[in-house]
Amino acid sequence: MLSIQNLHVQVEEKEILKGINLEVKPGELHVIMGRNGTGKSTLANVLAGRDKYTVPQGNITFNNESLLDKTPEDRACSGLFLSFQYPVAIPGVNNMYFLKAAVNAIRKSRGQDEMDAIDFLAMVREKLKEVALDESFIHRPVNDGFSGGEKKRNEILQMITLEPQLSILDETDSGLDIDALKIVAQGVNDYRSPERSFILITHYQRILNYMQPDFVHVLMNGKLVKSGTMELANELEEKGYSWIEKELTAAD
Amino acid sequence: MENEIIKKSIAEEYKYGFETKVAQDTFPPGLDEGVIRALSDIKGEPEWLLEWRLKAYHHWLNMKEPTWAKVHYPPIDYQSISYYSAPKKKTLNSLDEVDPEILDTYNKLGIPLDEQKMLAGVAVDAVFDSVSVATTFKDTLKKAGVIFCSFSEAVKDHPELVQKYLGSVVPYTDNFYATLNSAVFSDGSFVYIPKGVRCPMELSTYFRINAANTGQFERTLIVADEGSHVSYLEGCTAPMRDENQLHAAVVELVALGNAEIKYSTVQNWYPGDKEGKGGIYNFVTKRGACRGDKSKISWTQVETGSAITWKYPSCILQGNDSVGEFYSVALTNNFQQADTGTKMIHLGKNTKSTIISKGISAGKGQQTYRGEVKIMKSAENSRNFSQCDSILIGDECGAHTFPYIDVRNSTAQMEHEATTSNIGEDQLFYCNQRGISTEDAVSLIVNGFCKEVFKELPMEFAVEAQKLMEVSLEGAVG
Repeated sequence: MLSIQNLHVQVEEKEILKGINLEVKPGELHVIMGRNGTGKSTLANVLAGRDKYTVPQGNITFNNESLLDKTPEDRACSGLFLSFQYPVAIPGVNNMYFLKAAVNAIRKSRGQDEMDAIDFLAMVREKLKEVALDESFIHRPVNDGFSGGEKKRNEILQMITLEPQLSILDETDSGLDIDALKIVAQGVNDYRSPERSFILITHYQRILNYMQPDFVHVLMNGKLVKSGTMELANELEEKGYSWIEKELTAAD
Repeated sequence: MENEIIKKSIAEEYKYGFETKVAQDTFPPGLDEGVIRALSDIKGEPEWLLEWRLKAYHHWLNMKEPTWAKVHYPPIDYQSISYYSAPKKKTLNSLDEVDPEILDTYNKLGIPLDEQKMLAGVAVDAVFDSVSVATTFKDTLKKAGVIFCSFSEAVKDHPELVQKYLGSVVPYTDNFYATLNSAVFSDGSFVYIPKGVRCPMELSTYFRINAANTGQFERTLIVADEGSHVSYLEGCTAPMRDENQLHAAVVELVALGNAEIKYSTVQNWYPGDKEGKGGIYNFVTKRGACRGDKSKISWTQVETGSAITWKYPSCILQGNDSVGEFYSVALTNNFQQADTGTKMIHLGKNTKSTIISKGISAGKGQQTYRGEVKIMKSAENSRNFSQCDSILIGDECGAHTFPYIDVRNSTAQMEHEATTSNIGEDQLFYCNQRGISTEDAVSLIVNGFCKEVFKELPMEFAVEAQKLMEVSLEGAVG
């Protein structure tokens, strides 16, 4: 589904990613872990099409189409979703109105009819239950005055409403208390299916107590230096990152 | 990113830019006493009105054009303007007598002038260049005792009302443009709502400048007698022309005890092209007097047109417990300039005013909010709340705020909030990532920004205003 080959990424001439390779197949959940500033969010933003990055080398394909030439909205319409680390507030714009505009933009790109307000509300009511939010939530302005937990739950609400094939969750777990964390994890678990894939970017092993990843990768110095399964995550939790650094130095 | 996108921007096409081919009676350009006498004569005006015009004219000769507004334009040659232009065929009694070409124009503008099509229940007075061509729904209004007619008709049929209130809110000495208007105003609308009457429908005037090289100087006078209520809408468009055209209107509102006037404007005069050529100079004086106790005047304006806007709809709160409101959305794109705001003058006790101003600048547009809140000594326990927000799209436009506050009574409560923000790259990217195109994202964000004001507009106008914002912002980003 997603194939990243030898991806190099620069911001203002500084190289952040130095040759990433990653294959994500339908149904898989990949976890990318790493310290602060290792380029985890850069990877998420490049996948979503943020334009302050340059890609001097490498390639990304999504469903066998090259992703890098597409606009962010085309990527979204083709089924790629980014749950933002810092969701953006849009004062004055009703959350429901925003979500409906997004659903209909995506439906339109697929040649489907736009949804009317009544059908849409009925659908969203169901989705709200899944993230344990009451209806007043969708009548508030987008992320404006939301608590940290509400913002992240709103991202998950958007995800399960827009029904993407690939969801990139950029530190969706950070800043959440344990209850909110469980709700978010549950939202993702319920949404998993053999067709849908995930890339979960995180600092902590904590959220993995509630999810079953297929692969765990460590991002360090702009590269995915180590890949494994849940056991790797447990090892990181126990020993931190420095042992990997030592391994790498030894290998040099 | 925004930079590049904005540089690619394409100015919106102004869809009201057509010209109507209709025979016109037009005065040659120029202004002197003879022109004013001729104008007054054509309209068969009484002596007192001619004298009032002449007093204004002589006063105007000694006045200087104001230069304090933050707008720039080459000097206007007042002798090159024609001060009267009217469709040739005399029209007045019924719609059948209106030139079909003009009716066609109003149809293009989407004004339901034809009573058959008037499902919305809006009574319309349409002012074409200098004269009022038709007022619909006359009979229904008559039954309610409401007078809604062209200014010229009012002078003929209700001279006592006109004489009593004309210039009572905006005196002929008020300011350069208002004084010029007092000398040369050609027509406009007149409304009188009798005591205790709630006007059974929205009243509406549509203004259109058609002829080249003419100025439009209309005058609106609305009097709401004790305990009455009226909602009045005003819309404006003009053809596309390379020259600038002057529009200097005066609007006077009088609300007596317990009366309420709601005045809404959607101003979409031709803004000029994307290089800043042409467009209307909109120099307008609007003022309302809350004369009686517990009266209320509410101004709502959506200003998207005109090359230059100079306009401060104001309220004089004379009556105790009277209320003044000003809700404004102003948008400047390309080379448009707007210096707009309000004045709230508190005289009565327990008077209350609210100001909500939303400015949007895009392209090379320059926008100024200028407001004055004055609490006089007599205004015990008065309150004002002001909120002035500006949003900038791109980095070549400007937003400026000049709030003047003058409090002479220590029991007053004042609140002022102001914000300036950009439509951020972050917001646009967030919308894009959810599948929403940049253009749709801009209109989504701007509409959200303007929501507090749009909700004050009558329903049909709110929809029109939203569409207008979209068209006016086309090409501002992406």
